[in-house]
Amino acid sequence: MNFSYSEEQQMLAETVTRWLAAGTTKQRGFSPERWGELADLGLLGLNVGEEHGGLGGTPVETLIVMQEFGRALFAQPFVSTAVFAAALLGNTGSTAQRKELLPRIVDGSLRVAVATLEPGARFDLADISTKAAKRDHSYVLNGRKAVVLHGDSAHVLIVCARTSGGQHDQDGLTLFLVDATAAAVTVRGFPTLDGQRAAEISLTDVEVPLDCVLGEIGLGYVPLEWAVDRGIAALCAEAVGAMEKLMELTAEHLRTRKQFGQPIGRFQALQHRLADMQIAVEQARSMALQAAALIDHPQRNERRKALSAAKAMIGRSGQFVGQQAVQLHGGMGMTAELAVGNYFKRLMCIDMTWGNTDHHVELYGDLL
Amino acid sequence: MDLSESPETQAFRTEVAEFVAAQLPPDIRAKVLGFLRIERQDYVRWQRILNARGWGAPSWPREHGGTGWDARQRTLFEEECFVAGAPRQMPFGLSMVGPVLQAFGSEEQQNRFLPRILTMEDWWCQGYSEPGAGSDLASLTTRAERRDDVYIVNGQKTWTSFAHWANWIFCLVRTRPCGKPQEGISFLLIDMTSPGVRVKPIRTLDEGADVNEVFLDDVAVPVANLVGEENRGWTIAKFLLGHERTTIAGIGACKRLLVQLKQLARNEPKRGRPLIEDPRFRDRIVKAEIDIRAHEWSLMRATSLEQAGKSIGAEASILKIRGSEIQQELAQLLMECAGPYAIPYLPEALSAEFGGETAGGRGLNALAALYLDLRKVSIYGGTNEVQKNLIARALLGSQS
Repeated sequence: MNFSYSEEQQMLAETVTRWLAAGTTKQRGFSPERWGELADLGLLGLNVGEEHGGLGGTPVETLIVMQEFGRALFAQPFVSTAVFAAALLGNTGSTAQRKELLPRIVDGSLRVAVATLEPGARFDLADISTKAAKRDHSYVLNGRKAVVLHGDSAHVLIVCARTSGGQHDQDGLTLFLVDATAAAVTVRGFPTLDGQRAAEISLTDVEVPLDCVLGEIGLGYVPLEWAVDRGIAALCAEAVGAMEKLMELTAEHLRTRKQFGQPIGRFQALQHRLADMQIAVEQARSMALQAAALIDHPQRNERRKALSAAKAMIGRSGQFVGQQAVQLHGGMGMTAELAVGNYFKRLMCIDMTWGNTDHHVELYGDLL
Repeated sequence: MDLSESPETQAFRTEVAEFVAAQLPPDIRAKVLGFLRIERQDYVRWQRILNARGWGAPSWPREHGGTGWDARQRTLFEEECFVAGAPRQMPFGLSMVGPVLQAFGSEEQQNRFLPRILTMEDWWCQGYSEPGAGSDLASLTTRAERRDDVYIVNGQKTWTSFAHWANWIFCLVRTRPCGKPQEGISFLLIDMTSPGVRVKPIRTLDEGADVNEVFLDDVAVPVANLVGEENRGWTIAKFLLGHERTTIAGIGACKRLLVQLKQLARNEPKRGRPLIEDPRFRDRIVKAEIDIRAHEWSLMRATSLEQAGKSIGAEASILKIRGSEIQQELAQLLMECAGPYAIPYLPEALSAEFGGETAGGRGLNALAALYLDLRKVSIYGGTNEVQKNLIARALLGSQS
């Protein structure tokens, strides 16, 4: 085992850092320019095989890039499209689907959103009441999808719908590629806490042709869970980057802010709070690495345990580090003026994406 | 970055596991896994078995009879031994005075003491803390005055683990009373059978007495027992604290306690079902297990730094804090497994020879004692608060 970057990995990290530093657009929501630049850098193909024009990177490369995104608070639909959708299509898509869609992800012309969770289902991937009814040469979808990240800037939605079974069954779920611009798809976009966008989506008699079924009928749960785990690994790395940056900002504040005639970093109560933050960040970093290491584990349970462990730990660490960073910045930490609050909000949102700490502690417990 | 475990590492792990499974005496294993008291002779017996295999000193170089293993191998070795139910190797000779002698000792001292550490013919203990010198170790006041070819030592050491079993003690003593506190300290080896050495046990919360006070009254110590230079002992003390910092993580102990916890929680009932199925209790086990996973990877990152020849600072403090907190949490969960049977306690039933009756199961009797005993791990080896000072200093710079 070796934890230092190889020369190529070092170059990748530097390229991303430099590019992030050069970009000054602070606009909220989707930025076509930044997305185009991501494509130019080849980063949209990080999780796409070389045969489709991608880089065919390993989970470590995704980790490196996501960590830098986290440090820079870079909020674009990268995880949905270039991690989740790219991996899921590569793994589960038909030859035709892969040939058609993956090169478009790589060149930046296709954005995909993950429309699986539903209102009232919290984080349960199997709690699906959206129905897909078979017709002659198509399926007809009806249902609602909740908090679809970047759903209002996506071309295609990956929708999980029930083709058989009861509302909570893992069996009987099927994945569909749905045209997000179709008239029967209603997309209502909302801003999110962390400057991104999320959509509430209604599907009303949406007709999906058979060649837009992704994977096997009724067997969608396993690939969905697999792809969500890849998304989780990416978010964990992003969270570590965000926490790293919060530590730097907070340490700098403790060195420079003066009260009672001295830098507040001289006070032991604050020193110990900072040390507790550092401990939390290092636990999170270890877990992000573990997630990347075990994401391809051949045994599902081993992979699941590592990913749930990572997400549970990172949810807890992220909230803790964010809260303490605000506290140590005092009144200024409460203002929208400082970046501290933005990092805090991003970490909150990461905790609430694809299962918070409690959710993953529960999942882990089922595998104990 | 390569996050996979090499085949060599896996083979090494298997080799150790197979050896321990075959060679660890069952009576010792039963004591360890049953939380019973491990006797002096048990430690010595296991050390000699390891030494016969060439594994007596995992952290020493080959020239001194060690294994020459790297940091990762040492960690794996410790982990496999612990999980299989082996007693820990006593650190006072192997990890403390041994490496000090290798780095600072004369050839004569090395030849005299090192082989006897490997075989445990000598049992060493550590004379550092004093009643007035705990976290502020440099304020120690035990005096050593040179008279011809001996030092006359007067003072008191405390919290000395296993002093009652030891025949040698290494001590920090003050050889120069003035100047900066750190600059008048020397490192002395003292024969515990010398006239004037008196050991008094300290009864601890678990009603055991593994730690002692050691009184030194006009103890004559040959000058030949001075390690390194006079008044340069603080350098040695710091070396010792900085040596093998990854073992401070206690990963073997964490993993063994987790295995024991899960086993016990499967056996103890709650409302007719195994306790482990109780959602509240299960969540706490899960959180501890997740903590261990993170801790283990933090340790791997630190050992990888050590292997690359880099020294670790704040990382070691984090390992110490997390390792101790996790052990304490596991001990609490184990104790809570006993439920009301955590209350009755027969200290004498901790001995394997005990033939009487305990209120609950024999294993349950020991759990409260374990819980109480492990409160020490966040205090010794630099309290967790001192470790946090060090972490903060690394982040803020020394002026803070």
